[in-house]
Amino acid sequence: MKKILILLIIMYPTISFSTENNKINKITKNLRCLICQGQSIYDSQSEFANSLKKIVEDKINENMTEKQIYKFLTDKYGEWILYEPKFNKNTYFLWLFPLAIFIFGGILIFKKKT
Amino acid sequence: MSSKIKFISIFCFFVFCFFIFFQSLKESKKYTPKALMDKKIINFKMKQLDSDEIITEKDIFEINKITLLNIWSSWCLPCREEHKYLTELKMNTRLNMVGINYKDKKKNAQNFLSEFGNPYSLILVDDDGKNSINFGAYGVPETFIYNSKKKLIKKIVGPIDLKTFNEIKNILK
Amino acid sequence: MILSQIGYYSLIFVLAISILILFFCFKQLKFLNKNYYSNLINLNFLQFLLVVISFFSLIFSFLNSQFINKTVYENSHTTKPFFYKLSGTWGNHEGSLLLWILVLIIFCLLFLFTSQKKEKKYLTLTLLFQQIIILGFLIFTLVTSNPFDIIFPIPNEGLGLNPILQDPALAVHPPILYIGYVGCSIIFSSSLAALISQNINGNWASHIKKWAIISWIFLTVGIMLGSIWAYYELGWGGFWFWDPVENVSLMPWLTLTALIHSLAVIEKKSQLKGWVIILSISTFVLSVAGTFLVRSGILNSIHTFANDPQRGIFILIFLFLLIFLSLVIFFKFHKQDLNINKITLTNDLSILINNWFMMYFLSVVLIGTIYPIFLEVINDTKISVGPPFFNKLISIFLIPFLLFMGFGASLGWLKSNFQKIYFQNVVLFFISITISSYLFLFIGDKGLFLSLIMGGSIYLFLATIRDLIKRNKQNLSQRISHFGFSLLVLSILFNSIFSEEYNFNLSVGEKFKLEKESIFFKNISMTNDKNFKKVEGVFLIKSNNNKDIILKPQLRIYNQPVIITSEADILSTLYSDNFIVMNKIDDSNMFNIRYQKKPLMIWIWISTIIIALGGTLTFFKYRK
Repeated sequence: MKKILILLIIMYPTISFSTENNKINKITKNLRCLICQGQSIYDSQSEFANSLKKIVEDKINENMTEKQIYKFLTDKYGEWILYEPKFNKNTYFLWLFPLAIFIFGGILIFKKKT
Repeated sequence: MSSKIKFISIFCFFVFCFFIFFQSLKESKKYTPKALMDKKIINFKMKQLDSDEIITEKDIFEINKITLLNIWSSWCLPCREEHKYLTELKMNTRLNMVGINYKDKKKNAQNFLSEFGNPYSLILVDDDGKNSINFGAYGVPETFIYNSKKKLIKKIVGPIDLKTFNEIKNILK
Repeated sequence: MILSQIGYYSLIFVLAISILILFFCFKQLKFLNKNYYSNLINLNFLQFLLVVISFFSLIFSFLNSQFINKTVYENSHTTKPFFYKLSGTWGNHEGSLLLWILVLIIFCLLFLFTSQKKEKKYLTLTLLFQQIIILGFLIFTLVTSNPFDIIFPIPNEGLGLNPILQDPALAVHPPILYIGYVGCSIIFSSSLAALISQNINGNWASHIKKWAIISWIFLTVGIMLGSIWAYYELGWGGFWFWDPVENVSLMPWLTLTALIHSLAVIEKKSQLKGWVIILSISTFVLSVAGTFLVRSGILNSIHTFANDPQRGIFILIFLFLLIFLSLVIFFKFHKQDLNINKITLTNDLSILINNWFMMYFLSVVLIGTIYPIFLEVINDTKISVGPPFFNKLISIFLIPFLLFMGFGASLGWLKSNFQKIYFQNVVLFFISITISSYLFLFIGDKGLFLSLIMGGSIYLFLATIRDLIKRNKQNLSQRISHFGFSLLVLSILFNSIFSEEYNFNLSVGEKFKLEKESIFFKNISMTNDKNFKKVEGVFLIKSNNNKDIILKPQLRIYNQPVIITSEADILSTLYSDNFIVMNKIDDSNMFNIRYQKKPLMIWIWISTIIIALGGTLTFFKYRK
């Protein structure tokens, strides 16, 4: 069982949970509509969102990768536009805190067991 | 003993949380990214409102002048509010004002200008909003100010009000 | 005018009584030999009557459209249907606080009535903490958000209720969710009281378990109603967005779920006392924290209330007073369990593992919700934490969780034959691996990972079915809830993997062809309804192997306030949902159409109801 857990922890950063085939939908679902209240670009019908959808479509036609498109947009709008925060010095704590809780809890339980 | 240490550290942790939330409540929710500041103007190609001539980023700057890019539209109500400030800024000889007409109809835009006056030396057309995204704009109205080296020195999201108007005047001094 | 006065002054009296009760509580605690207890019950009853009067005067102000009342003026309109005038009472900040206080006092009274046989000191202490909470919310309401403010001159017409809130699911959603939240307050007060009076034992656990389960049922149903509303009304076809407001309701649910499981351990063995107290405290603290996050406007969310920084600061201070109060009490009165028995591979371990995963899920939701606030203050950097973050972190740990849950629950207290259970589980495990690898061939490029989760949830599903059909009556409610949960996970998975979604533009009379279907935009009509204009499109969906479907999505143009909403039309069957929504494209006669096929959608709601039903069954057991 410990092996399973270790395996999980190794898999942790690499897994992506997405069922989306369409690339435009996938990208626009991961973008925040900055002028709306908590909607993604994909879901929003605002002017801003509609223009951004066109931009993403253009960029895909220009053969930009998903990463390049995110880079293009964060250069203009900051990381606030991404729904999935990047893993960097600002977000180490965000990504690792739940993991730390999990390990800590595991230690508590197995110490009690033996 | 150890329970005292636990207590104090947990206590301190919550005091810390309290101050974070307290601080966050006081700060305003308006957000302008710093990402664009001091960056050079992007490359673009846009049509003019009155002619089919294509304008690029090289054409809008004038020597030793500060350039103000204002995104506006005839259907946008806050644009009418800020119009008086733009008209006043037009008097300033150190300022070159360029308008970007956002998702508008040519006729409505022209009517708007003949009704309220035209403060711009040049008007570009962004009919699908893509160019504005390239500039890093959220919508209308929005104002970008570039220095003579074509670098962004100020960005105003939403209409220009008395406070931001004075800030612009300070830049022009 | 009179109604507002009555409401306001009865609320003031409620406050006065609250202070009086606190006074008597202290007196009772000081002179334990004297009996003020009947006084306390009488006062509480009076308080209840007054708050009901206050609440009803607000309801009548809404029903009669008395626009002299500011809350009514801002949130109602004469042309609104009766039902929404009524639900408008709690559809706004002020009214919902009054409802919150009403439910607090009702719960307090019910608690006193149902637990009269308990020790006096414990009861008085519970009442004391409960009244502190009531007092806090009363002061908050009267100072920052008085629902009975009056405006002069009296306006002729109100401003109206936000149309997206005019929905049956959302009309009943807040009261149900509040009952859930407020139920947690009883758990909070009574666990602190039990801690001080050194009363934490099996008796207390079974006593408080009822309250925990009631709150849990209401929270479950409340969260589900919110989801249903989002699915119908927001028009994106999704039902869970990891929006901060949703997260905030999920957090107490997670701790409450953990608490219900842990209480079972105390009931039998008197272990885990400290942990249970921590869970009880944090459940209510998280509920209040949720109120703070939603009402202060500190978060960017779809459903933020109109906000006012003063309110935020008030709840913030109240929240941290509660936290510090419980911290001090916990550290002062809690003594480590000295006789920690070894935990063996029995149900206890599976409960601990349940708690372990619940805490992990809680930490994901909590950090994802508040981290952006912290980062912005500390580092002046704004980030978004959205669905990809939560999906990633939760789905990974879902696999071991599902396996543990399937295996763990089958151990039971019944001293069953370990070998036999082991064998059964291995068989089930292989069946589910076979099914999921078959499915893997279907979903193909969508990845190995999804089919792993699928395997886990099929395993849990089979395991819970096996447990459900066992003949004995023991733990029936638990088995039903677990079965509901496995069904929920399975339907969410199927739904998200096999959903189809098409986004296109059409004008009237045109046809759009999909792989197996075609969508024909037949016509469009405009009619006037009571408080909105309705533009209704008729779509005919022809498919190769099924019957034709007609769907009629609408655009509604509300008059007060003027807002355009698009109403989806949904055809639900047991097998799948057909969902269509249209939006006008400016400056053209085209409409943007979003058509979705969502398999097993209805099972998400059904399984949630099964989960709650399992909880309800415990009461029939207790009644016996």
